[in-house]
Amino acid sequence: MSGSQPTTSGSPSNSPSTRAHPSGQPAAGAREEFLRGILAEIPLLLGVVPFGLIYGVIAIQSGLTPATAQAASAVVFAGSSQFVMSQLVAGGASGVVIVVSIAAINLRHALYSASLAPHLAHLSAGWKALLAYLLTDEAYVVSIGHLEADGPRANRHFFLLGAGLTLWASWQASTALGLFAGARLPQSWSLDFTLPLMFIALVVPQLKDRAAIAAALVAGGLAVALRGLPLGLGVLLAAVAGILAATPLERGEA
Amino acid sequence: MSLGLTLLAAGIATYLTRLSFIALAHRGTAPAWIIRPLRLVPAAVLSALVLPAVLAPQGMVQLWPLSPRALAGMVAVLVAWKTRSILLTLVVGMSVLWLAGLLLPG
Repeated sequence: MSGSQPTTSGSPSNSPSTRAHPSGQPAAGAREEFLRGILAEIPLLLGVVPFGLIYGVIAIQSGLTPATAQAASAVVFAGSSQFVMSQLVAGGASGVVIVVSIAAINLRHALYSASLAPHLAHLSAGWKALLAYLLTDEAYVVSIGHLEADGPRANRHFFLLGAGLTLWASWQASTALGLFAGARLPQSWSLDFTLPLMFIALVVPQLKDRAAIAAALVAGGLAVALRGLPLGLGVLLAAVAGILAATPLERGEA
Repeated sequence: MSLGLTLLAAGIATYLTRLSFIALAHRGTAPAWIIRPLRLVPAAVLSALVLPAVLAPQGMVQLWPLSPRALAGMVAVLVAWKTRSILLTLVVGMSVLWLAGLLLPG
């Protein structure tokens, strides 16, 4: 099983009909794009499902009711901020503190939103509203390369829809499983480490040129240095700094 | 504020963040000075998420002796670079983490 991203090449999903020539090739159908999005997302579930299980366990241990913990997965739908929410609830934090914390941790999604915006500009308000709800680290990462690729683009938003819905369903299901069956997962298994490992598998193929490598090194190094900042702000500041520092290295082809 | 309302407010804040630029974009091509930096978003954000989790899982950077997570993370980078496979990266990374946890102190 290759498990490679559709964005990089070599995977079976890169059939010539969506890649190659801008000239005269018909766009891939909506259904085909949708299925490709699902297929592209499936390898990531190896990292996401254990994370959802652990979230379910920690939410219960933190004193959330199963209904509240599950509602958080549907309403907030952002894993790391849900972990922090559980910890804050357990610590008796006020509602304002919880809302501000979750909002801050999730600010990085604005970067994804900006990155996707040019590719979704032609869509209706309803499509934009739906795809924004489904916009997560995992759906974004598998889709952006496909959305940016040359060739006919008419139905590419169905790819993002397929990836986003796959992740959404898995997150809800793994949360539920963690709530009801996950207490038996031993902590010594360190299953929480599957998420950083999955991000490693996703980021390494992105490092194709000097600019991307510089952005990764600056952002990663700063994130370690700023890890003491509250509310996950270190990640956001580090990412923005990495992007700005590396932009001058980009070649003119963009 | 009840926990239900808190959740709702947090959900709305998160949703508006996701919607922000997507809602603002309109037809037409954005200028290159906007597009070009955005190409670096995945590399920058993912690295900022990964490095603290691997090098400082408990908040402290420990380079020597190498912590099991740091070692597993480095091996995972090599596997991801060579194979580009999420499955292999996860399997090898977790195996190294478990083995190192058995063999290394702490």
